[in-house]
Amino acid sequence: MKEWPLWEVFIRSKQGLSHKHAGSLHAADAAMAIENARDVYCRRNEGISIWVVESKYIHASTEDQEAFFDPSNDKVYRHPTFYKLPDEVKHM
Amino acid sequence: MSATFSYVLQLGDNALILSHRLSEWCGHGPVLEQDIALTNIALDLLGQARLLLTYAGEIEGKGRTEDDLAGLRDAHEFRNVLLVEMPNGDWAHTIVRQFFFDVYHYYHYQALVRSRDERLAAIAQKALKEVTYHLRYSSEWTIRLGDGTPESHQRMQAAVDDLWMYTGELTTPNDVERQAAEMGVGSDLTQIRPLWEAKVREILTEATLHIPENPWMQSGGKDGRHTEHLGYILAEMQFLQRAYPGQQW
Repeated sequence: MKEWPLWEVFIRSKQGLSHKHAGSLHAADAAMAIENARDVYCRRNEGISIWVVESKYIHASTEDQEAFFDPSNDKVYRHPTFYKLPDEVKHM
Repeated sequence: MSATFSYVLQLGDNALILSHRLSEWCGHGPVLEQDIALTNIALDLLGQARLLLTYAGEIEGKGRTEDDLAGLRDAHEFRNVLLVEMPNGDWAHTIVRQFFFDVYHYYHYQALVRSRDERLAAIAQKALKEVTYHLRYSSEWTIRLGDGTPESHQRMQAAVDDLWMYTGELTTPNDVERQAAEMGVGSDLTQIRPLWEAKVREILTEATLHIPENPWMQSGGKDGRHTEHLGYILAEMQFLQRAYPGQQW
């Protein structure tokens, strides 16, 4: 059982628009991973849909902070904060 | 003692004792994920036991609560089938015990949904959802391990061989169940038996496991004649109420 691979679990809640990362777990295959996710992460009515993916298939950014993320730091004009909202527009 | 009281008590005791057995795995599961899975099932069953024993107490009308019935009866007053008091053994024994019981439980509740007793029908409705998942869970593990490695297959076959003689009781009605069925309150086990046999054969075949040929069956649990295991279960389960009567938390 030690060789069971690790899986990442994504769960969509009833109101949720997208699946969100919930955590990870061990399972022998995809079917077992979904069952396990149901038992580990959906015990309190958290979700109505589950995705699982083997952790080894997740690719993560590794670039250093400076060149990869910092350049977007001082581009305030990319935030939609320079518009005047008409009064009629609600819920923004 | 009314037949309905005895009948509801039987159902409640099955759920309670199996729940306790499964709870013994808590903290000892082979992997964390299965530890939680079995605990979930244990909690489902405990919830069913609470509803059933509370109702049994009300039918009896002597003021006994769910806690009185669970915590203050002696072994011969328990009405659970022998199968659910069998020790956990290895993972294979726990899964096979669960599978045999789940198949019965599933068809039984499916029938009980149509009970003339509205309260029982409502309990069955709620429980059926839970039990449907239990059956799916134990079926998948039975297939996975039966048709798995040589070691898992051998362990599963050993568990089937050991537990088979306790399965007859599940679908053989005793007087209480016959009476409850006649009143339209209980499920008719004679109709459940062929369903049980077909489902068990289907899953065991897929799991490449053999059904034992010896047709001799143990019985007695539903009439209060238990194995020695039940006494040990009660010793642990009832300790608190016996040592500190009336204690609550």
